Amino acid sequence: MFDGWTWNLDGWIIVAGILCAVAASLLGNFLVLRRLSMLGDAISHAVLPGLAAAFLLTGTRDSIPMFLGAAAVGVLTALVSEWIRGYGKVDEGAAMGVVFTGLFALGLIVIVQAADRVDLDPGCVLYGAIELTPLDTVSVAGWQVPRVVAVLSVVLLVNLIVVVVFFKELKISSFDPALAMSLGINARAMHYLLMTLVAVTAVASFETVGSILVVAMFVVPAATAHLCTDRLGVMILISALVAATAAVFGHAGAVVIPQSVGYHSTTTAGMMAVAAGACFTVALLFAPRYGVIARWVRRRALSLSILAEDLLAVLFRAEERQTRDFPRDGAGLRDTLQTGATATRAALFWLRRRGDLQLGTAGYDLTDQGRQRARRLIRSHRLWERYLVEAGGVGGTHLHENAEQLEHFTDEALRRQLADETASPNVDPHGRPIPPE
Amino acid sequence: MPDPLSIHDLTVAYHSRPVLWDISVDVPAGQLVAIVGPNGAGKSTLIKAVMDLVPRASGRVLIFGKPYKQNRRRVGYVPQRESVDWDFPVNALDVVTMGLYGKIGWCWPVTRKHRKTAMDALARVGIAHLAHRQISHLSGGQQQRTFLARALAQDADLYLMDEPFAAVDAATERVIVQVLTELKDAGKTILVIHHDLQTVAEYFDHVILLNMRIVAVGPTQTTFTQENLQKTYGGKLTLLDQATEAMRRAERSR
Repeated sequence: MFDGWTWNLDGWIIVAGILCAVAASLLGNFLVLRRLSMLGDAISHAVLPGLAAAFLLTGTRDSIPMFLGAAAVGVLTALVSEWIRGYGKVDEGAAMGVVFTGLFALGLIVIVQAADRVDLDPGCVLYGAIELTPLDTVSVAGWQVPRVVAVLSVVLLVNLIVVVVFFKELKISSFDPALAMSLGINARAMHYLLMTLVAVTAVASFETVGSILVVAMFVVPAATAHLCTDRLGVMILISALVAATAAVFGHAGAVVIPQSVGYHSTTTAGMMAVAAGACFTVALLFAPRYGVIARWVRRRALSLSILAEDLLAVLFRAEERQTRDFPRDGAGLRDTLQTGATATRAALFWLRRRGDLQLGTAGYDLTDQGRQRARRLIRSHRLWERYLVEAGGVGGTHLHENAEQLEHFTDEALRRQLADETASPNVDPHGRPIPPE
Repeated sequence: MPDPLSIHDLTVAYHSRPVLWDISVDVPAGQLVAIVGPNGAGKSTLIKAVMDLVPRASGRVLIFGKPYKQNRRRVGYVPQRESVDWDFPVNALDVVTMGLYGKIGWCWPVTRKHRKTAMDALARVGIAHLAHRQISHLSGGQQQRTFLARALAQDADLYLMDEPFAAVDAATERVIVQVLTELKDAGKTILVIHHDLQTVAEYFDHVILLNMRIVAVGPTQTTFTQENLQKTYGGKLTLLDQATEAMRRAERSR
């Protein structure tokens, strides 16, 4: 099926993609958490003049001068944006906008001007050339390894070591820089260390995914991971996984799959960003706690449980009045509570399964267990009415509405407090008895 | 023995606009001290200047007779609750453990022993059962208690607290007061920025009345008077304001 697949080509491209994406995502966690995603964007654009200067000065595409130039400009970007924010009286975003667009344009001009003398293609810097990865190889310990893969491996290793060794320091400087400083942990130094690594990673990633898409690799995996967990360590792991997944599926989606079904292949770098975006969308929908669906289910479950409690309360009040003044079948209960058919049916089904209701000849009846539950609810309701009148001076029509909401969120401890505060009354403000616990 | 905190001639300025003028104060040991003053009086800045978090224009601050850098282990800090991002992916125990990072040292990992210390601190403020809850799922009072527990875990001798009583529930307020009393009984010195004038006399032994400069300082009984409060809140230093305003205008037109 995968006719276009060759290990020598696709294997190396995927390896390069994974290395680049994971290296960027490790740092991306701290950018996202410090709300500095923009700065990652800014630095990865602004390093361009640093690269150009390094080319012009040394005349080679050697990695070392490139990284030095990029790191210097990266830190400069962070410093200058902060300086402009402080003295130029503009917000952070605007300050970064000023700095990085200026530097980026400067870099482009230099590259274009020097195009005759320097072997550097603006298009390659912007979009990357991951497809060319396997062509340019170096020899590492007797192995022929693509140069990009060798460079990215080193960068990933450095990022990994920094994140592991300085985990504690990065965490506290991101969460509470003032406390970090007061404890003698230099949060500013950590900030500039992070920015240097961002610049170096951006340069190393240029040749694979390009300067625009490296921003996606900084931000998207980390943002995805933040949706999935409440723990920083887990978040970093998940972001690395998402990044690697995006690289694999990016290449598969760009080259292998289109070729095997007869379409033209597209750029792997672009597809990697799309795959990362898809991961984010999936997390947004399905994340266990913060996902859209999980939130919706929680909201539905809450309203269903409130409806179920209201049903019990209605039946309890009817028993209390010793009247059967409404039909106690599904339709009758629905009319009394003014609720939807599906919701009522679901709530009734759930109550019967739990053993709170049984179906008699005249409709639904409370079981002993259901009566007990309802009695506590009514107790909460009437104690609240009492409390609101006595302690808050609330009166009139609001009284019932307020108590109707509060009753569903009142546990035994709170009921005891309410009873204490209101001197354990026997009747509510309307003269109805407050049932015992 | 030198005083826990000794400030001499401290002046702090933001962009050549003075925020604190000529602050001189010595805080004796074993005291519960309230820092009281209107908004913009420089209360937070004073605390931050003590810990070298904001640059000083002039003056000297000594912690137990030494500069802050040499004695930072003896200082515990409780920042304002709004100063951090509560959506950060850490739980209450992590936040309290951060108070120990200075002791643990660069690059060393957090161990079980440190977590135990943090857990004990959480228990002291009554929220040990919430240790593993993500911090945005804590109530405001519980968040404030987490910060207090963090300061307790630091086991300092001088505590600087920025509005620990701001917007907390009654139960939390009682816990904070109890912890402050325990700390004082253990011989610690605590400086608290406090907004609620009603409770100053009840909670604190000492008071620093601040409005860009020190208006009055001393035992609460003799210093926290109507007259001094008038000077702090009512008697604005209008001439000083005018001078500052003129300075700023000149700065802008230049």
